[in-house]
Amino acid sequence: MSEVREMIRVDKLNKSFGDLHVLKDIDMTVKESDVVVLVGASGSGKSTLLRCLNFLEIKNSGTITIESEKVEKETHNLNKIREKVGMVFQHFNLFPHKTVLGNVIEAPIQVKGLSRQQAEKEGKEMLDKVGLGDKYNVYPSTLSGGQKQRVAIARALAMKPDVMLFDEPTSALDPELVGEVLATMKELAVEGMTMVVVTHEMGFAREVGDWVVYMHDGKIVETGKPSDLFDHPQEERTKAFLSSIL
Amino acid sequence: MSPLLEFYDIFVGSFDLFLEGLWITFKLSIASLLIAFVIGLFIAILKISNIKILQWIADAYIWIVRGTPLVVQIFILFYGLTDIFLIPMFWAGVAGLAFHSGAYIAEIIRGTIQSIDKGQREAGRSLGMTSGMTMRRIILPQAFRRAVPSLGNQFIIGIKDSSLVSFIGMQDLFGVASSMGSNTFNYLPYFITVAIYYLFIVLILTLIVNKIEKKLAQSD
Repeated sequence: MSEVREMIRVDKLNKSFGDLHVLKDIDMTVKESDVVVLVGASGSGKSTLLRCLNFLEIKNSGTITIESEKVEKETHNLNKIREKVGMVFQHFNLFPHKTVLGNVIEAPIQVKGLSRQQAEKEGKEMLDKVGLGDKYNVYPSTLSGGQKQRVAIARALAMKPDVMLFDEPTSALDPELVGEVLATMKELAVEGMTMVVVTHEMGFAREVGDWVVYMHDGKIVETGKPSDLFDHPQEERTKAFLSSIL
Repeated sequence: MSPLLEFYDIFVGSFDLFLEGLWITFKLSIASLLIAFVIGLFIAILKISNIKILQWIADAYIWIVRGTPLVVQIFILFYGLTDIFLIPMFWAGVAGLAFHSGAYIAEIIRGTIQSIDKGQREAGRSLGMTSGMTMRRIILPQAFRRAVPSLGNQFIIGIKDSSLVSFIGMQDLFGVASSMGSNTFNYLPYFITVAIYYLFIVLILTLIVNKIEKKLAQSD
C-alpha cells in the first residue's frame, strides 16, 4: 500500500475558554482525499476542534500539523495557512454588500493578487460548478439558504484550498434545502477534496464519510469507518449517542 | 407698514450679507465635518483595538469632549491656536467644531462596527485576509451603510453647532444675524431670517441623507 499524504495531524490538542476545558488531548489525522465526519452532541467540542484547524480559535497546547508543517501562531503567518484550509460556516457568512460573484472573487484578488479578469473567470467556473451560473450579479439577500451556502462553498473553493472544513453547513437550512448542499459536498468528495465535516446528517456521514469521529465532552470517544461505527459501535457512549439520534 | 412687509424688506435687504454668512457656514461645516469624520474613524478604531493604552486615549478624548460645553472648546482652541500657533481664525473655528463632532462620530462608527456580525470577520479571516484587509474591505463598508442615518443626524447637529463660532467673531450665518440685530436694535426679524436659512440647509441635507438611505436599502 502506497503512503498517502497526511494533510492534517493533531496531537494532544487542548483548548479552554476560561475555566471551560473544551478540547481534551485530541489526536486526529486527516489524509489526502479523506472525508472525515465529526459527530457528537452539541457542546461536545466538534465545532471548536474544526475552528482550531484553521486557527479561528488558538489552541492552548498540543500541536497542529498542516501538510507536514507544525503550525504555531508565533512562528507562522496564519493567513498563509488559512489560504490552504477553506472554511464553510453554519450561517454562510456571505458578504451582504457584495454580489455573489463579488463574494467569490474578493479573496483571490485581495489575498492572492489575481487580476480582476482572471478572478472573475475562475469565480464564474466555481459558481457554475455549484449550480449558480445564473446568479453572478445578484446580492446574497435574494438567495435561498441552500443557494447561499453553495455560494459560500464556491467562495472557499475559489482560493483553491487543499482542505475544506465544513461547520454544520446544513444546520441553518430549511429541510427541503439540505439536499442540494449535501449533493454539492458529495461532488467535492468524489473529486478527491480532503474534507473535515461537522454535521448532524448521519446519512451523509454514512454515505460520503471515509471516517467518522464521535466526540463527547471534549474527547474523541471512537473513530471508525462509517459502517463499523454506525453498525458496530465499540464504546457504550457511542451506542448511547447513536440510539438517541436514530 | 405691516410687520410682515417689514420682515420681507429685511429678509430681501439682508440677502447679500446672509449669503456671505451662508458661504462661511458652508465652508466651515464641510471642512469641520470632513476632519471630524477622519478623527471619528481613527478614534473608533483605537476604541475597538485590543490595546489598553489606545483605548484609554480614545476614552479620554471622548470624555473631554462630552464633559465640556462646545463653546468652551471653541474658545480654548481659538485662543490656543490663534495666539500660540498663529493659525487663522477660520481654521481655529474648524478645529473647534471638528474636535467636538469627532467624538460623537467616533461613538457612532464604533457602535456600527461592533454591530456587524462576527461571522463576517471570521469569513474574511478564513479566506486568508489579514485583519486590516478584513476591516477595510468587509467590516467598514457595512458599518458605514449602517451608520448613514446616525451620521446624517450628526452632520445636521454639526451644521447647527457651527453657529457658535460667531462667539469668536466669525461672520457665519448666525454671526451676521447677531451683528445686524445689534446694529439696528431690531433683533427679532434677523433671528427669524437666520432660522429660515438653517431650516433650508437642514431640509436639503435631510433630503440627501434620505436619498442615500434609499439607495443603500435597494442594494441590500
